[in-house]
Amino acid sequence: MVGVPTFLHVSLIWVPAICTFLLSFTNWNGFRFDNMEFVGLRNYKQLFTVFEKDLYEALLNNAWVLIFLFVVATPLGILVAYILDKNLRGTAVYQSVFYFPVVLSLAVVGFIWKSVIYSPRQGVLNVLLNRTEEGNQISWLGDSDQVITLVSDYGLSKNFLAIIAPMIWRHVGYIMVLYLAGLKAVDPSLREAAAIDGSNEWQSFKNVVFPSLKPVNIVILVITVIEALRVFDIIDVLNNPIGTDVLSILVTESILGESSNVGRGSAYGVMLLMLCFGFVVWYLRSTFREDDA
Amino acid sequence: MISSRRNQIIAQVFLFAMAVLWMLPILGMIISSFRPYAETSTDPNGFFSWPDTLTLDNFRNAWARGNMPRHWFVTFLVVIPAVILVLFFSSMVAFAVSRYSWKFNIALLMLFTAGNLLPPQSIIQPLFQIYNRIPIPEFAPYSNSGELRGSLIGLILIHVAFQSGFCTFVLSNYMKTLPKELNEAAMVDGASLWRQYWQIVMPLTRPALGALATLEFAWIYNDYFWAVVLVQKGNDLPITSSLRNLSGEFFTDDNLVAAGSLIVVIPTILIYLALRRQFISGLSVGASKG
Repeated sequence: MVGVPTFLHVSLIWVPAICTFLLSFTNWNGFRFDNMEFVGLRNYKQLFTVFEKDLYEALLNNAWVLIFLFVVATPLGILVAYILDKNLRGTAVYQSVFYFPVVLSLAVVGFIWKSVIYSPRQGVLNVLLNRTEEGNQISWLGDSDQVITLVSDYGLSKNFLAIIAPMIWRHVGYIMVLYLAGLKAVDPSLREAAAIDGSNEWQSFKNVVFPSLKPVNIVILVITVIEALRVFDIIDVLNNPIGTDVLSILVTESILGESSNVGRGSAYGVMLLMLCFGFVVWYLRSTFREDDA
Repeated sequence: MISSRRNQIIAQVFLFAMAVLWMLPILGMIISSFRPYAETSTDPNGFFSWPDTLTLDNFRNAWARGNMPRHWFVTFLVVIPAVILVLFFSSMVAFAVSRYSWKFNIALLMLFTAGNLLPPQSIIQPLFQIYNRIPIPEFAPYSNSGELRGSLIGLILIHVAFQSGFCTFVLSNYMKTLPKELNEAAMVDGASLWRQYWQIVMPLTRPALGALATLEFAWIYNDYFWAVVLVQKGNDLPITSSLRNLSGEFFTDDNLVAAGSLIVVIPTILIYLALRRQFISGLSVGASKG
């Protein structure tokens, strides 16, 4: 009963995860096993020298996704959930509106935003800015100039920001749903007690409601980190414009592109694994702690 | 407690403004998909302008040029078996893990839960090589390459393997809440393990299975990555991943892109409208502990 599902899961998920580690120390090109040589840390050394620019750009872009989802999308989602929890008029409608983007694939979301919001000739942004004539258009997804510059070549490019925006659009609803479920479970007497003690709305949220939602907060943190590491669809479907590389794109590049370098691709894969590893362990510990008894 | 009337008005205005903003991409997609590009692209107000003509041409073009009937067909060949298998497999593991205590329960459950949290791209290099090397019999449908890679069976298998992590976690949490006495009574009556699973626990798990089926349908339907990498061949891609082929061809005509997106999104919209509650409960069950 347990055997077949476990075999499938282990052989298609965990075996490859371990192989990613092993292959990252080889120079394999993916064709015949006899061309495979152990090269030690060479792939990693190359990542930090020859491919330094790709790697840092990708890491930075992954970090931007995480930052924007955290600083913009998550608080917005929590705020919306908090307001909707009060059962104002139209709560059900609002909930549907904000949740709707969550059921769409990020690939389709990319198409929708590309045609509706960012289209140079007729998109919402250029229409509002009155920049639709030929020669005067803003190319939202084509402009890799930096909005924020950290160190000379590294920063946040305009087109990557344009790709993050729809991700925020989608993430808010996700957070809202998770938080609403959590808020419903908060003991109302806690809040009443806080109100009697004279704390205002913000204080009671900060000191009473938020801490009591710790399990939900952990889930949100983990989901957001993983989402930021997984981002792939929307960038690939928009043809991966210059300045929009992320780790997942680099891993996959050698499969979808011309060259076949399993060793280097795996080294990028190991970076992804390492980045999510801590969060996965933390999530497991917080989830299964009670069950240990 | 929103105390004052003023706060209530602020909250309402904020929500309304945000909702309008949130609807804009969807409404824009719907409006522009019915309008000819020649009209919207020459008007300084884009698709906000008052329409002279409404047409279904964009849908016709997207349908034909995107080879959509074929992609739809493939989509359902993948999604339906995948959802059924995921639920079947994960409910069995969840049953074993939650109803019986043996040593490796927690370890097994952790293995599944953690597996679902890995970024798919982090395992793709070896997985791709494995798929290249596993032959499948020639009579299997949609397997022109003769290997798991490029076959729909391969795609279904990875969906089942990957998604069973999440479903096992949710289902085991749910099954833990069912009274233990059920199994004990059944055992006394001499019911086999299989009967206990299929005739006693599964019917009681129906609400969770319903919520998960909805959620998994959407997730597998929405898959882009697995199909793009493991199937690759243009014609055999399910509909969401077939967008990749369209991106080059369609990008000159935004209304065509909008119509194409709308066609892809319609099943999700319908299911969402019909089963919104299932979606939401599926997600929140996963988030909270049972």
